Amino acid sequence: MEFAQIATVAGKEFWDRIRNRWVLAVALVFTAFALSIAYFGAAQQGTVGFRSIEVTIASLVSLVIYLIPLIALVLGFDAIVGERERGSLDLLLSMPITRVELLLGKYLGLAGALAFSTVAGFGLVGLVLSAQLDLAALFHYFGFMLSSVLLGCAFLSLAVMLSVFAADRTRASGLAIAMWFFFVLIFDLLLLGALVVSGGQWGGEVMPYLLLLNPADVFRILNIFALEDVRTLYGLATVFPPALARSDLLGLVMAAWIALPLVIAAWRFRK
Amino acid sequence: MIVARGVHKHYGAIHAVDGVDLDVRAGELFGLIGHNGAGKSTMFKMMLGLIPVTAGEIRIDGAMVAGHGGANGDFRAVRRKIGYLPENVVLYDNLTGLETLQFFARLKGVSQADNHALLERVGLTHAARRRVREYSKGMRQRLGFAQALLGKPRILFLDEPTTGLDPEAIRGFYAILRRLKGEGVTMVITSHILAEIQERVDRLAIMAAGKVQACGTVQALREQMDLPLWFSVRVAPEDFEAVRAALGHLPVGAIEAHDDHIAVQCRREAKMAVIAALATLDGKVRDLGVHEPSLEDVFFGFSD
Repeated sequence: MEFAQIATVAGKEFWDRIRNRWVLAVALVFTAFALSIAYFGAAQQGTVGFRSIEVTIASLVSLVIYLIPLIALVLGFDAIVGERERGSLDLLLSMPITRVELLLGKYLGLAGALAFSTVAGFGLVGLVLSAQLDLAALFHYFGFMLSSVLLGCAFLSLAVMLSVFAADRTRASGLAIAMWFFFVLIFDLLLLGALVVSGGQWGGEVMPYLLLLNPADVFRILNIFALEDVRTLYGLATVFPPALARSDLLGLVMAAWIALPLVIAAWRFRK
Repeated sequence: MIVARGVHKHYGAIHAVDGVDLDVRAGELFGLIGHNGAGKSTMFKMMLGLIPVTAGEIRIDGAMVAGHGGANGDFRAVRRKIGYLPENVVLYDNLTGLETLQFFARLKGVSQADNHALLERVGLTHAARRRVREYSKGMRQRLGFAQALLGKPRILFLDEPTTGLDPEAIRGFYAILRRLKGEGVTMVITSHILAEIQERVDRLAIMAAGKVQACGTVQALREQMDLPLWFSVRVAPEDFEAVRAALGHLPVGAIEAHDDHIAVQCRREAKMAVIAALATLDGKVRDLGVHEPSLEDVFFGFSD
């Protein structure tokens, strides 16, 4: 594997997103939402202004869990199928580059753009809030940003996998939307439904493990378990054993969610 | 230089390429022609190593690019020797012409030093810093050609290279090909415009139904096809009958009278006899033209 080839493709993908202001737009969206949540999150209760990092992160997690998977899927769904459909894939593959290098280059460039906009968007808010945060709070906020990047990378990996399997861009976009609905809206409902229907008899013990089958849930658990107040607030500790809720373990699960779809995509793309 | 042996490509029950043998010699300009769906694009992609063969093998400079077990040897070294201009080349709209060459030069691992010279060679110096989205179809094609020439490739694959080019640009394009040929570059070219390539290729292969129906020089294929020649004999209308009479004893085909000339069809072996018979007409023949069958005639003869 030649890293120069990967870096060339990744660099092009990254700078394309910088030049067409995609990174700027997404970063601004993140900044605007994060600032709004930090300062006006409690407006319904009649208070305005920054309250605590715990409440802010809990609210941001609820936002990010919808927003980042959607942005990542939209960003990556046509990574390969788009090149194929436009007719530029053959030219790229006639160069001294392997299919795996091309795939990795595409992924890393897009992941870089997504990570950069995420860190820039939320980082700016972190800077604004820094005067009101102690070191521990800043640490939690940094953890939230890092896990947001991981969440984006996981869904981007799924999107790139889709883009390898899909026959055309239309189908790829449909599959990306379906994937967003499944992981963000339906998955938890299905688990809850199974619990309720079985009167709590079925699935109770395996529930924590089933939650790991959804990168959005892994992200939620990562953030919620890091903050004691929020953990209690969500009542998640009753369902999720603390032994399993170690951030290093959950980080590994997230890494698996990034790597596995890419491995499958590489396998399919090489065929 | 390029050797294909027993190459098959099957898509389910469809045999896109069906037992093709080809030899493209070093330094020659080789044409690959055929109807849409004849298998030439598939053959092209297999020669480039873009798609695997179902059976058989293809070698470039001795290195297998497609065959049992896939490519072997240093595929990057082979790819660096190759330039490829796809049909309807698609480049990146958001890059400028110069950035396009920079990107592909980096991918190819070749020097950036020639980029400006290449843009000049294809007549795009004035548009080097304009985005590709502002380019006309012909300009994109020329930029695609410049991309194919990056790194001074020893082998060029040109798929319908003159699509979208105006007549002047087409002439310029073939002038570049002539210079490249002089430098010993091997070129494989496909085109639907047979009149354009018939005088320019050294040899060509005619593909139909996934097979090579014929392969050789244009002249060899004409002779192999044994198509008749046409004489165009310019005589005054009152001398038409004299011409008919002079040719009456020869094995000629159709004789068609037009306003100011007679068109005479004859077999190649009767060519000299016809000329000799016309010479006996003692000044009645004002002009004489001999028309070889066109590549189009040869193509339809082999492919139908």
